[in-house]
Amino acid sequence: MTRDPIDMLMAQLGETVLEQIRFRDELTLILPIDGLLAALQAARASGFSLLSDLTAVDRYPATPRFEVVYHLTAPDARSKIRLKARIEETRASVPSATPVWPGANWLEREVYDLYGIRFDGHPDLKRILMPDDWEGYPLRKDFPLTEEPVGFIGHTPKVPSHIIPKSPPKS
Amino acid sequence: MSELTRETLVLNMGPQHPATHGVLRLLLELEGEVILSTEPVIGYLHTGFEKEMETRTYHQNIVFPPRIDYLATFIEEQAYVLAVEKLLGIRAPERAETIRLILAELSRIASHLVWLGTSAIDLNVSSVFMYCFRDREEILDIFEMVSGQRMMHGYFRIGGLQWDLPAGFTDRVRAFLAGFPGRIDEFETLLTDNLIWRQRTEGVGVLTAEDALRYGCTGPILRGSGVNYDVRKAFPYGGYDQYEFDVPLGEHGDSFDRYKIRLEEMRQSRRIILQALDRLMDGPIAIDDRKISLPPRPELVRSMEAVIHHFKLMSEGIHPPVGEVYAAVESPRGEKGYYLVSDGSNRPARVRVRAPSFSNLQALPVMVYRRTIADVVVAIASIDIVLGDVDR
Repeated sequence: MTRDPIDMLMAQLGETVLEQIRFRDELTLILPIDGLLAALQAARASGFSLLSDLTAVDRYPATPRFEVVYHLTAPDARSKIRLKARIEETRASVPSATPVWPGANWLEREVYDLYGIRFDGHPDLKRILMPDDWEGYPLRKDFPLTEEPVGFIGHTPKVPSHIIPKSPPKS
Repeated sequence: MSELTRETLVLNMGPQHPATHGVLRLLLELEGEVILSTEPVIGYLHTGFEKEMETRTYHQNIVFPPRIDYLATFIEEQAYVLAVEKLLGIRAPERAETIRLILAELSRIASHLVWLGTSAIDLNVSSVFMYCFRDREEILDIFEMVSGQRMMHGYFRIGGLQWDLPAGFTDRVRAFLAGFPGRIDEFETLLTDNLIWRQRTEGVGVLTAEDALRYGCTGPILRGSGVNYDVRKAFPYGGYDQYEFDVPLGEHGDSFDRYKIRLEEMRQSRRIILQALDRLMDGPIAIDDRKISLPPRPELVRSMEAVIHHFKLMSEGIHPPVGEVYAAVESPRGEKGYYLVSDGSNRPARVRVRAPSFSNLQALPVMVYRRTIADVVVAIASIDIVLGDVDR
């Protein structure tokens, strides 16, 4: 009988989990950076054999600024989990998951390209989507979206992101 | 006599190349004709969808998904809309779900027809290319009938659909599906027992199950290697748990297995659509919650509240709760997921598109190691990448 991968993983991680969040049938575990690689290896050993996604979120102006997010899937047990680690902007370096999943290679390159987060132990960390000589990290919140207004004579329409302005959360 | 040196040649393939299925650049390191290493260079179609989607409301963002994976447009729209609905904790009414499912499976058939046509023409079977695209025209006509557009529809809405089906839709779909098995049989007659096709695809682009999982491959590539993972069966969404269909699996993990799987998937999609057409019942096509979906036009004449809701929804948009969700669907290429992070405002704080083609393309160097360039063409065709999906 195969045990539920989530139970197996929680048994192995134990106290290292900083926070558990359950929202809409999804489980998210927030881990410290130091325990991240061990947690990923434990997850793979527990049955989460597929790294569905590896990405980052810029939480500016909240601190810690960046969150590296791992979506893991156990195809046989039909189970999913999300692991997260939060890092400061100044540290901005995370252990690479490539020893556990070679498929993390390009995913980490994309995170480096768009956020500037470095991955220690990555075989070839370089830009993947942006041109090689690009400066700046586009998906950061302080990187502006380049929008050129359409050139009309006599009238300057709003750029698309200004048509409906951002409105704060409703209480 | 000078010593013979063994030097490797780095050959550049693309980004403009008829066999790379888009703007994909490959740096092939060759020793003679044998490939030692492949480095795909991508990013030529990167338009920054994820950043754009952070600057628009959830409703405005519906236009972007069909442009990301432009061959399976309704499946992409379904993925985004399901993610927002999951974030809100709502579910579209049954009629809307059934219609979405029918259009998604038609999108799958359309995408597989493009794959088959382009793969065939890469191997010089240009007549199959013509037949596939002719059949796809019938599907695009159905899409135009429903949404007004052949490709970039924007028909799905958060909470349902934009409008109801036009009269004659079900007859048109049934008419298409009635002739469809004969078309797949024709393709099989031309290709499956064709000696040249078999020799070019069998044993080419082999990926073991372990490698496929380690590289994050999903979809026909993973199933071709023998791993039974289909998001529709593993994590059912949008009503898929109510339908009977099989998920074909391969054994050898080569291009021929993937070819057989995609042909069978087209037959299974037809099976699902026929069941869905039988299940299609009358009912609302969008949920009633006026904080999420627009009031119907006739109501605007009668009710002041409807006008106010319409105004607030159009000028501000919906405000989902703070939180994050990851919703995945089975696209023709694999697991397509949308990871939405909401900060409670009317714009998403992060939209991450989990692109199956991105992860599948990573496995290409493994597939073509120590093969020839001719095998690279077949391997790329069998991965079925869409560069819009890879680069976003």
